[in-house]
Amino acid sequence: MNLTLKIWRQKGPQDKGRMVEYKVTDISEHMSFLEMMDVLNESLVAKDEEPIAFDHDCREGICGMCSLQINGEAHGPDRGITTCQLHMRMFKDGDTIFIEPFRANAFPVIKDLVVDRMAFERIQQAGGYISVNTSGNTQDANSIPISKQNADLSMDAASCIGCGACVASCKNSSAMLFVAAKVSQYALLPQGKIEAKDRVKNMVMQMDLEGFGNCTNTGACEIECPKGISIENIARLNREYLAATI
Amino acid sequence: MTTLNSRIPEGPIKDKWTLYKDKINLVNPANKRNIDIIVIGTGLAGGSAAATLAELGYSVKAFAYQDSPRRAHSIAAQGGINASKNYMGDGDSNYRLFYDTVKGGDYRSREANVYRLAEVSGNIIDQCVAQGVPFARDYGGLLDNRSFGGVLVSRTFYAKGQTGQQLLLGAYSAMNRQIARGKIEMFNRHEMLDVVKIDGKARGIIARNLITGEIERHSAHAVVIATGGYGNVYFLSTNAMGSNATAAWKIHKKGAFFANPCFTQIHPTCIPRSGDYQSKLTLMSESLRNDGRIWVPAKLEDAKAIQQKKLKPIQIAEENRDYFLERRYPAFGNLVPRDVASRAAKERCDAGFGVNATGEAVYLDFATAIKRYGTEQAKIHNINNPSTEKITQLGEAVIEEKYGNLFQMYEKIIDENPYKTPMMIYPATHYTMGGVWVDYNLMTTVPGLYCIGEANFSDHGANRLGASALMQGLADGYFVLPYTIGDYLADDIRTGKIRTDSPEFDEAEKSVKSQLEFFINNKGTHTVDYYHKRLGQVMWDKVGMARNEKGLKEAIIEIQEIREDFWKNVKVPGSLNEFNQELEKAGRVADFLELGELFAKDALEREESCGGHFREEHITDDGEAKRDDVNFAYVAAWEYTGKPSEAILHKEELQFKDIELKTRSYK
Repeated sequence: MNLTLKIWRQKGPQDKGRMVEYKVTDISEHMSFLEMMDVLNESLVAKDEEPIAFDHDCREGICGMCSLQINGEAHGPDRGITTCQLHMRMFKDGDTIFIEPFRANAFPVIKDLVVDRMAFERIQQAGGYISVNTSGNTQDANSIPISKQNADLSMDAASCIGCGACVASCKNSSAMLFVAAKVSQYALLPQGKIEAKDRVKNMVMQMDLEGFGNCTNTGACEIECPKGISIENIARLNREYLAATI
Repeated sequence: MTTLNSRIPEGPIKDKWTLYKDKINLVNPANKRNIDIIVIGTGLAGGSAAATLAELGYSVKAFAYQDSPRRAHSIAAQGGINASKNYMGDGDSNYRLFYDTVKGGDYRSREANVYRLAEVSGNIIDQCVAQGVPFARDYGGLLDNRSFGGVLVSRTFYAKGQTGQQLLLGAYSAMNRQIARGKIEMFNRHEMLDVVKIDGKARGIIARNLITGEIERHSAHAVVIATGGYGNVYFLSTNAMGSNATAAWKIHKKGAFFANPCFTQIHPTCIPRSGDYQSKLTLMSESLRNDGRIWVPAKLEDAKAIQQKKLKPIQIAEENRDYFLERRYPAFGNLVPRDVASRAAKERCDAGFGVNATGEAVYLDFATAIKRYGTEQAKIHNINNPSTEKITQLGEAVIEEKYGNLFQMYEKIIDENPYKTPMMIYPATHYTMGGVWVDYNLMTTVPGLYCIGEANFSDHGANRLGASALMQGLADGYFVLPYTIGDYLADDIRTGKIRTDSPEFDEAEKSVKSQLEFFINNKGTHTVDYYHKRLGQVMWDKVGMARNEKGLKEAIIEIQEIREDFWKNVKVPGSLNEFNQELEKAGRVADFLELGELFAKDALEREESCGGHFREEHITDDGEAKRDDVNFAYVAAWEYTGKPSEAILHKEELQFKDIELKTRSYK
């Protein structure tokens, strides 16, 4: 198929940035979206033009590195996947596709489609852990029985890949789903209960410091989340936060 | 000339690690904070090492080329992690895990290292649970296990199909705790481009800030390389796009021996390639072989019809299917080790029985499992005379619970529903057992320079068993290196800060900069990927699943030609002082172009078939790998001399005192 691409180009953080139009031809429907971008970049280098910078790594939907806003949607039109898992069969010949970086004040653009997600790192550093030393001299793993239901719910929350699609989809650029996933993972486990109050307070405080917006229960984050993290986790986060602050 | 000393402690194998720990030198807590350690790579090995070293009190600097430690490719490991907990009561023990690993590795690993690995494996699970890793559990609240290839017990702990992710996030959380305390200084989007040696010891690195392009000097009392394997030498592999061998190769060029590069794992269950544009291959977890049955049509005309899309797999009657693993290896069936399964699939496809348009695919079929689970569920739920539809529905629900994310991943890529039609799979490069040579302390042949995780060679011999990579990465990082590195650093408590304005740093930085400048100024005719793909093709065709003398000799010459062409005609756009992904790739491919040659050389010298290394000249009458323990029971550790194929071979003879050398049989 032949496609018209309108892609965000921005030299660096200080540059203003603009949409630039490119044409790609003979794209196979079996290609992944990022393979289509590879084809475009190879042709740009051949023409002595600068290739388009975009983040990607594992290309199997788990590392959380890829981050494109495609036709206005985080990770594009398909559901339950990351950009690297999106395939060209979702598009048809003659389509025009708009490709932009994830946009949020807390995610400044580094170059073209690459954004800086260090805000997420700082939130995790504020409390996204259980304070046990890694010495290995802990109690036997089976001495902490955990109900299958809670273990499964904790696992579902823990499957967040930290890509930032929730922020990019939210009209308020809220990071509540991301924070809620981590808080929930630990809140559902006995090991996480000891520091639960400090954890939720510190993570929420850091989230606010980073300039993310507030949650207004729109639910776009849940729909666009490539891992299907439920907004029930946000309810749990609110409950944990309330319990910690009163 | 450097000689090999593997520093294996004396004593019976079961006591070696304990006795060793009793005798090593320790660094007192007040001194630790004055000692700097650099850790390159933040996957399971590097992340766990960085966190633990920081907890012990050392000042750690950690480096990752991605924007966060959580992105390291350990995250993509799906199936699970082995540990000899014997929670299932099925006869597991440290010895059995040790035995399975040495046998699975086709008797080319170091006994003492493997036993230690088995010994600490249980601690890993305790540690991860304490950290909040949500492993799968039974209804009673205790941990669940499943089975992997090459073993007869269930010792694999898992977190859905995302075990690597959960373990990495555990190590990452431990790192975050130390980053917040200032004990780890984290350098995201930084790539190590050389190691700096002072008076023969590793004392620092040269790194490039990938956002600004700035070249930085970092000093330390010890340097730990934890940068994973070199599978991307094939261009197409299950590795991440950025996975590279640059750190490992740079230290090799500075004196670290490189061991057994030809031991590379081709994983049997990957999604087949679909076209020339393909950028990587996707793994379907080995855990699928617990329930999936692998087959091709028994009749050649059926295979031809399937290749031409005139016939569908479900139209082929049971008696016309060839479940070739069950046929050839009745004892282990679909759960034979990876090397064996891969070769068997290739053998069928080479004979014309492949099941996709390219003829390079076999089926992985869940119909039997769906029926079995469905029937079982019907019984549990007291459904009498369930209809076929009901059984299928119940069975599919069980399969979804177990492998849902993998099935979804498959469907998104291939656009077929694997619940209804068998998956298509084909072998692909996945893991490298070879790597930087290390002694029992995990130190390379350069003092103060350590190598852990997939990047080293030590534990998996010629073939790694499933769910053992996660085990090794975490064992090295959490439990082994933190002890062994102290023994070395105990001599460094009076050294003080290492200066970065020395001539050694000047020189290393100069050579890094000159290579980068060359790339930008060369203005050649071909892109970096053009060369990487050419290299990958030679590696796959001639140094792939089956190798022979003629092909290997050709490969060495062809790789040299590609390399020469690369250094003349490579084209890298953009400039030095900016975010430049093509420039990053250029340096990595330059190193692969040298590593590939050593790889082929090693494969040529090893005139036997063992594990992932299959030489067509060395096979038994029934087509199985024929090992040669008389002449090749050694580790080939190569010393760099300037041209990869002229490297000097050092042999570490492997001694098997606790396991009898036997022909590996899974029949």
